[in-house]
Amino acid sequence: MSPIFHTAAVLSLPWWLPSNASVHGATLDRHLLLNLWIILALLTLAHLLLIVGLLRRRTTELKDLWRIEYLPLAILALLFALLTVKAESLWAASRYTGADPAALQIEVTGVQFAWYFRYPGTDATFGITKPQLVAPGEGNPLGIDPTDPHSADDFITSELVLPANREVDLHLRAQDVIHGFSIPEMRLKQNAVPGQTIHVHFTPTTPGTYAVLCTQLCGLGHYRMNATVRVLSPAEFAQWLATKQKAAQP
Amino acid sequence: MNPHRRRQSIFTTDHRTIGLQYLILALISVVIGTLLSLLMRIHLVWPDWSLPLHGPILPEDYLALVTIHGTIMLFFVLTTAPQSGFGNLILPAQIGARHMAFPRLNAASFWLTAIALLTLLSSTFAPGGSAISGWTAYPPLSAVASAGPGQALGMDLWLASIALFSIASTISAINTLVTIISLRCEGMTWDRLPLTVWGWFTAALLSIIAFSVLLAALLLLFCDRHVGTSFFLPTGNLVNGVLHTKGNGSPLLWLHLFWFFGHPEVYIAILPGMGLTSMLLANFSHRRVFAYRTMIATTLLIGFLGILLWGHHMFVAGLNPFASSAFSISTMAIALPASAKVLSWIATTWRSRPQYTTAMLFSLGFVSLFITGGLTGPILAQPILDEYLHNTFFVVAHFHLIMAMAGVFALFAATYYWFPLMTAHRGKPARLMSEPLGRLHFWLTLLGAYATFLPMHLAGLAGQPRHYAQLTGIPGPGGSLSPAGHLLATTIPLNRLITYAAIFLAAAQIIFFINLVRSLRHGDAAPTNPWQATTLEWHPSLHPNAEPEASAVVITVHHTPCLYICSPSGDTFVPQWENKITVDLPAESKPE
Repeated sequence: MSPIFHTAAVLSLPWWLPSNASVHGATLDRHLLLNLWIILALLTLAHLLLIVGLLRRRTTELKDLWRIEYLPLAILALLFALLTVKAESLWAASRYTGADPAALQIEVTGVQFAWYFRYPGTDATFGITKPQLVAPGEGNPLGIDPTDPHSADDFITSELVLPANREVDLHLRAQDVIHGFSIPEMRLKQNAVPGQTIHVHFTPTTPGTYAVLCTQLCGLGHYRMNATVRVLSPAEFAQWLATKQKAAQP
Repeated sequence: MNPHRRRQSIFTTDHRTIGLQYLILALISVVIGTLLSLLMRIHLVWPDWSLPLHGPILPEDYLALVTIHGTIMLFFVLTTAPQSGFGNLILPAQIGARHMAFPRLNAASFWLTAIALLTLLSSTFAPGGSAISGWTAYPPLSAVASAGPGQALGMDLWLASIALFSIASTISAINTLVTIISLRCEGMTWDRLPLTVWGWFTAALLSIIAFSVLLAALLLLFCDRHVGTSFFLPTGNLVNGVLHTKGNGSPLLWLHLFWFFGHPEVYIAILPGMGLTSMLLANFSHRRVFAYRTMIATTLLIGFLGILLWGHHMFVAGLNPFASSAFSISTMAIALPASAKVLSWIATTWRSRPQYTTAMLFSLGFVSLFITGGLTGPILAQPILDEYLHNTFFVVAHFHLIMAMAGVFALFAATYYWFPLMTAHRGKPARLMSEPLGRLHFWLTLLGAYATFLPMHLAGLAGQPRHYAQLTGIPGPGGSLSPAGHLLATTIPLNRLITYAAIFLAAAQIIFFINLVRSLRHGDAAPTNPWQATTLEWHPSLHPNAEPEASAVVITVHHTPCLYICSPSGDTFVPQWENKITVDLPAESKPE
């Protein structure tokens, strides 16, 4: 395909943000869009000033420091301050506090090059894991300790299944190297770091299937370390959960 | 051949020769780095293409390309060329000195850098190839040999190379600082220092702070790899069957140490370019630099703030969310001194009808790229937006425009501007580069830079992550094309466009090489002060080809630089060394 043909193809494609399927994503998108418009305006203004200044006939040099430097700087400072305040309030809402105690608890573990999702079962408590017990070939990729009573009803999936409109509290872990847990359609991104458990919470809204990506370089299979999120209606999710829990019963 | 000159040897301690050696090293590095980036671009859109003499590009090959491209460009091009290359070639003369403070350390620093480059390049022949953990080398990927191919000997060679480079850069920075502080000529007060010198000065301060921390971090990582320590490895870390049982470190410690170096590093790369841009815009506009003292202050302020905002690389890395807020504010704050610089640049050229030499065009290009690349900075400084944009191509677009492209534009401006001082060497005449070829080179490069890096913002907004060796046919856990595969596939047309543009951008540089090679031998002879410059590197007795007795001439500075006076009878300019306010401008010395 020729480059010119190609430009046309690009312009006709949906290269914008993927659709949003989370509660906080809508405000994030609005704030991002506001930012993009502001920088587009500043970009245009600065280039116009530069080009107009170059094209017009010569005059004596500018001297008015207050009008040319300090006033625009004050305006920019105000603008950046407003953006910062807005951004910080959104960040605080998303990260300063933890999830609602009633949120669905799911543990996410990144391993070169797969994501594992563990549901705590009917006792709502995850069984302890020990790295010495990790044996993917024997069906225990996370090293769950079978002697811990809490681990008996835990079950692991390779697909993240969530109910719509209920908050989810993810416990992010990594077994080997740093991985980046990202669901673009949920506007969510957080690294999973070995030795730490990091919590992130969000609420999916729209049923459907979405991509989970790894967004932190983790080794040669980084590009294929993906999984699927399946958001179900609450009724479908309850049914799915019941089936899984029944199968996991010892 | 001048008998007073030092023995002609490649192990010279002559700062001009060392400067040229650095520039040649950077030129070789930039050619390699560019070719590596083209291999990545080609592989992304034509994954079945096989590299002659190598075979298909495997995922580990792709990541080795990522690592070596980033390492080579950051360290051996963007740090070496402006700071050590032009720093050695021009800095002493700009402050009225005839040598650097520590000539032998200077030579040692160059040879350490050269050995560091060879060490880095040799890693490609290591079993498993070069390191695959990127220029940021996050552990445990970088700390455990079993984490991937290239993480054994390849990673050790990477560590050795960067450790040598850190030592060389620290020595070089000390040399620069001492030279500026103690060897300024009579009358060269701090407020009369050219802004280029302020750029080198601030970058050298940052180098000492940043590279010493990096060296310590590299040493700790080496110990984790070979001595059994666990600075960066937590208990129970299990990599490919290798279990770490003792000690309890944290990978986040490396992120803090690395970015404490890594963020100042990008200012080390760009501050000399900012200084040069200010000086060249004023030179060719025949104007004083607008708000000179404010420019000095903003240079120092950018340097100071530059060491307070490393955490903005870590918003989603597991940092305390309150810390993210703090780093976000310090990052937003640096937008102000940066904006002040842009305002000053626009005000300096405002209605000046400048002389559009190639050096001026590249300086104007620097301003444009700095604005375009810089404005996405405040977006990425907001943690909530990073929640979506972190490690996408939006970030790649941002830093390539503001650091890589703006940085390279400053290097081109420097090359076209100072070419007479580069060619006038050991009795060879001062020459100019071809202006028509230079202008063609500028327009094609500007077009190529924007065509390559603007669409990357869109790829990032569409969700394309960095460091992906493949975008097509990504299998999901079920085997069929996964939602991830669909998401990535939508970016393919955009990526083809970026690849075409990148090839165009690289091809445009052939014109530069033709101009360079041709002008070295056949360029027009340059007068002593071809650009009507006011700074001391154009002083007749500091000229590389000045007579030996010129070394006895006492250099005295009387003014701030860029003293251009616009009057009805015509513009006049007063070089820093002239002790009079009006001089007649000889019409024939006006270059095109």
